[in-house]
Amino acid sequence: MATALQTSTVDLAARFPNKAAADTRPGFTGFIVNKENLIEVATAVRDEFGYDLLTAVTAVDYIAENKMEVVYHAYKTTGGPGLTFKVQAERVDPIEVPSLINIWAGADFQEREAWDLYGIKFTGHPDLRRILMWEGYEGHPLRKDWKEPFFEEEVKPFKSRWPEGKHTFAEQKNPYRDNLNFPKDFDPENFVVEKEEDLYASLERHTTKDIEGNMKTDHIVVNMGPHHPSTHGVLRVAVTLDGETIIGLKPVMGYLHRNHDKIGERNTYLQNIPYTDRLDYFNSMSNNFGYVTTVEKLMKIPVAERAEYIRVIMAELSRVQNHLIFIGMLMNDLGTMYTPSLYAFEERELILDIFEAVSGARMMCNYYRFGGVVRDIPDDVLQKIKDLVLERIPAKTDEMERFLNENEILVARLKGIHVLNAEDAIKFSVTGPVLRASGVPYDIRRADPYSIYDRFDFDVAVRHNGDMMDNYLIRFDEIRQSLRILEQAIKQMPQGPINSQKPAYQVRVPAGEAYGRIESPKGELGFYLVSNGKPNPYRYHVRPASFVNLTAVETMCKGAKIADFVALLAMLDIVMGELDR
Amino acid sequence: MDYEKLSLPNYNIPEDIQNAVAITTLDRLYNWGRRSSVWPLMFGLACCAIEMIAAQTARYDMARFGMEVMRPTPRQADMMLVSGTVTKKMLPAIIRLYNQMPEPKYVVAMGACASSGGPFKEGYNVVAGIDKFLPVDVYIPGCPPTPQALIAGMIKLQEKIDKESIKTVTWYNKEKVDGNYVPMPILGPDLIDVRRNAEIRDIAATKEGA
Ligand code: SF4
Repeated sequence: MATALQTSTVDLAARFPNKAAADTRPGFTGFIVNKENLIEVATAVRDEFGYDLLTAVTAVDYIAENKMEVVYHAYKTTGGPGLTFKVQAERVDPIEVPSLINIWAGADFQEREAWDLYGIKFTGHPDLRRILMWEGYEGHPLRKDWKEPFFEEEVKPFKSRWPEGKHTFAEQKNPYRDNLNFPKDFDPENFVVEKEEDLYASLERHTTKDIEGNMKTDHIVVNMGPHHPSTHGVLRVAVTLDGETIIGLKPVMGYLHRNHDKIGERNTYLQNIPYTDRLDYFNSMSNNFGYVTTVEKLMKIPVAERAEYIRVIMAELSRVQNHLIFIGMLMNDLGTMYTPSLYAFEERELILDIFEAVSGARMMCNYYRFGGVVRDIPDDVLQKIKDLVLERIPAKTDEMERFLNENEILVARLKGIHVLNAEDAIKFSVTGPVLRASGVPYDIRRADPYSIYDRFDFDVAVRHNGDMMDNYLIRFDEIRQSLRILEQAIKQMPQGPINSQKPAYQVRVPAGEAYGRIESPKGELGFYLVSNGKPNPYRYHVRPASFVNLTAVETMCKGAKIADFVALLAMLDIVMGELDR
Repeated sequence: MDYEKLSLPNYNIPEDIQNAVAITTLDRLYNWGRRSSVWPLMFGLACCAIEMIAAQTARYDMARFGMEVMRPTPRQADMMLVSGTVTKKMLPAIIRLYNQMPEPKYVVAMGACASSGGPFKEGYNVVAGIDKFLPVDVYIPGCPPTPQALIAGMIKLQEKIDKESIKTVTWYNKEKVDGNYVPMPILGPDLIDVRRNAEIRDIAATKEGA
């Protein structure tokens, strides 16, 4: 298995003596860069060594060493393993680290997240506001010394539940009898609510201008969401409009921030699998895939041969189903309310039937295990998969294309709208179909193969205009390629055990770090794990595709019409569970 | 006379007008109208919302029960289906939507999250159940509840509506104007439920430490 964190070919320590040093902690890789030289080194990483895609930026709180660490993962869009570099800062407020936003614009939201959850100030970041929690929230929740109101114990399984099982309600232990915590002497009556002035200030300024002589006109600020039928969940965007034209736009998220990272660090490794289901809830199978590959990388265990095939089959079925829904939802947002999506959901139900047959659940499959999968595919289900893959879905995909592709309204709404060129896409760390539609053939299944994707013959779908039309068409291409992979996988699947390990409640994970990533239907889904040898991860971070892809949205829709923005949100294929985590 | 008898009073209707006249109670007629056109607010919070959409599609087809007209605006909706995790950040928006819904209005908590916080209950940004703020009529267990379970829950709601009487329902009660208004919570250092201001101040004053 090719792993991303394997030896990288670049030696930063040799190139920058005294400014960077190899990370020598056991199980760790990459380089530790001096804080003062971060900008210089990062520029070289991008320009000299060609790591043009900064995928993940995250922080770790090493409270015992009194250090905060920011971890960067950079990759080349031409493929190959990545480069990890880190910077450490003294854990004394204010913790300051230079921002890399001018080198990779894709660092924007991720740095804001690190500020929100860890309280690391990124100097030079133009718009460093909280992103997942609200402005005015007390504390930085992911710090190791910050405890949530329902805090019970550092790690699970909690003693109250296991083995004795004397569970009490969390409400009874909290003084407020609820999930609340306030600073000492807080007085709600004399408290001034923090307004969202910073948000509105970060939008393009309001200006009054004269149109032809003396009619004054003004820009208006509109808040779309968090309750809006077209934002695909609870996303909110603050937009400044000039008539119908977008002048400035900022997404506001966190309305579905369910604290995956914090809960994940209390959970044992195994307990995290069902939580990953709930990230991108359309694709629990691929979420599981990403997480177990990362943990397997840490554990250094092989995966049972048959299970590898089952995993690929499930992940690709999930992709097919995701893209079908994508098409249906895009049509919804373009105004063909419901009919195309009813067609899409019909096919999705058939795929969900398969998921239900193998895992017991339609959506939250919880199917992958370290070393394999939890149950085998029964023969009749395999037959069903064959029928779907060989006959039904190809026919239905053709049918959809025939119905839709040349529809005049659809073409008029999509062609040439919201063009994202390759250069910008890479700059903003966009991954997945959106990146490929702008002409960059970057697919992790090819560029940095995981699992057994190197055994299959398939093409990386790529289109070149980067407009909405290409984004729409590339989904069809990808369905076709997935079907190709599925066909081969079904044919080649051997008999044998489905797990290389014995089933266990607790897995032994050696100390170290791992960044695992897969090509999820929405883009790069990464997991960054730090283990200290205990049964629970020390750091559990999800790098979601939807979240990072959204970084590009402001640039993409400036100057466009607000109605097209609705379609753009559908096109980016965001899902809030993953975006807000 | 009890309710059932009133609805079926066994009146002797002359044969020649039997297909033109039927006798029932006003309650029954009214409830029949209400229960057959429950319009849900088109409002998805999290994973459960996907199953809610699935329940609307051809295979499960909620339209069979008169609940397919999803309205994105609260002013046209009868029922709020809280389909997913309620976060503290989202809560003020939910309460605002609820307050904007005209009466009669119902709340259905779909899934473990909306009922109790579910798998994310311990999270710092999660409200442990929407019933801390809104009066819930039906709870549907599951994570996510299957579309069948959702439909079963909806039918439960219909049964509840069947039992209402115009005389007793709160929304025709003159004394209780705005009886269902819920004050907006505020996002401060944590979520402030303004109904509990005094209590919060007292407990915060006794907090140990700095
Ligand atoms: S109950 Fe389960 S499926 Fe529903 S919103 Fe909560 S986590 Fe998601």
